[in-house]
Amino acid sequence: MALLSKKDANLILDPLADNNPITIQVLGICSALAITAELKASIVMAISVIFVLGVGNVVISLMRNIIPSKIRIIVQLIVVATLVIIVDQVLKAFAYELSKTLSVFVGLIITNCIIMGRFEAFALGNGPWKSFLDGIGNALGYGVILIIVGFFRELFGTGTLLGYPVFGDPIAKTGLYATGYENNGFMIIPPAALIVVGIIIWVQRSRNKALIEEA
Amino acid sequence: MLEHVELFFKSIFIDNMVFAVFLGMCSYLAVSKKVSTAVGLGAAVIFVLAVTVPLNWLLDQYLLQDGALAWLGPEFADYNLSFLSFILFIATIATMVQLVEIVVEKFSPSLYNSLGIFLPLIAVNCAILGGSLFMQAREIPTLGLAFNYGVSSGIGWFLAILAIAAIREKIRYSNVPAPLRGLGITFIITGLMGIGFQSFGGMLTGDNEPPEETAPSTAEKIEEKEIKKEIEDEKAISYNEVKNK
Repeated sequence: MALLSKKDANLILDPLADNNPITIQVLGICSALAITAELKASIVMAISVIFVLGVGNVVISLMRNIIPSKIRIIVQLIVVATLVIIVDQVLKAFAYELSKTLSVFVGLIITNCIIMGRFEAFALGNGPWKSFLDGIGNALGYGVILIIVGFFRELFGTGTLLGYPVFGDPIAKTGLYATGYENNGFMIIPPAALIVVGIIIWVQRSRNKALIEEA
Repeated sequence: MLEHVELFFKSIFIDNMVFAVFLGMCSYLAVSKKVSTAVGLGAAVIFVLAVTVPLNWLLDQYLLQDGALAWLGPEFADYNLSFLSFILFIATIATMVQLVEIVVEKFSPSLYNSLGIFLPLIAVNCAILGGSLFMQAREIPTLGLAFNYGVSSGIGWFLAILAIAAIREKIRYSNVPAPLRGLGITFIITGLMGIGFQSFGGMLTGDNEPPEETAPSTAEKIEEKEIKKEIEDEKAISYNEVKNK
């Protein structure tokens, strides 16, 4: 890591595991769950959030000394809303089908708690470069969980990944289906996302006992 | 009237904000440790949704939709400002939340104190913006229905947070595996509640098929036409007969 000092590297690496925005800070869950039924939507959502949070953190950090603290929430919302409109228009232009799948959840990036949380907790008190790294790190931590959930839900729910059949053809009974395997329809329904995230939290906290909450 | 009742129950049970579309999960998880605070936040969400959804419906209808500016004059009929809807909706919501905060502080200081920092957070509660965005996406036709949608989805959210807060108060006495304590078990319980709420899915679908009288089959239509033709033929024949005589 010659490019980044150790402190800077930690800004990116910490949120990936021990300070993950979803499983530890409990932020940004709303959009994380609804769109993870397929992997492709999860990846696009992750990229959108990385863009919005990375750029937004820099913008807020540059403006941090001129924003009156009383109206800072509205200023932050306007900055995020502008960035999200850009994402939404780009998606509509280049990936129309996908933007239909994501529907209102692109707009809901505005109220994604990770974004406001990082603006409040980090960008308002730190310089642009550090804020940029912090934004990218947290968005990556969010994206990782999204992609893990999307991976398992699509794999076990429909037997495909990114639309490509992995387990064989369920109608022609090839591959794994020849052995009597059936797609698990439970993974497609919305509540399954909650249970998958619950299991991720379980695994993570079993590995790192320091994260266990007091009863 | 019937569509009001249908929308009301649909938004509370079938399209429940928390269990079907996961909106407002952040505050749902953070504020559900005690029933009393959960009730306060739930009431605030109902109120804010009831105000912002109709307001945003008006904005959508008369400012943002394709051709919505036609009331300004025919030269404005081609404008489509719908790309601005995010920024306008969130500005409306932030303003309304500020207003609610002032009102609550004035009239109920105890509620204000117990909600603490969470009242300003309603502005960034996904359930509020989600309510407006779903209202736009589902093309709710009238102002009355938009108000109904706001109130009923707020009630759905209120029910969800009330239920989870009650369960969390009890689960403190259970022997939950250590790594699952707190957040993990809340996620899994919410998932199970969501599966429970899925059983409401068939509640309103039984009546969706149109009654037979209103949609006659094509075969019936052809028969009707033939009968009409026969009658006309008979008339023509009798007319000719009369003429011949």
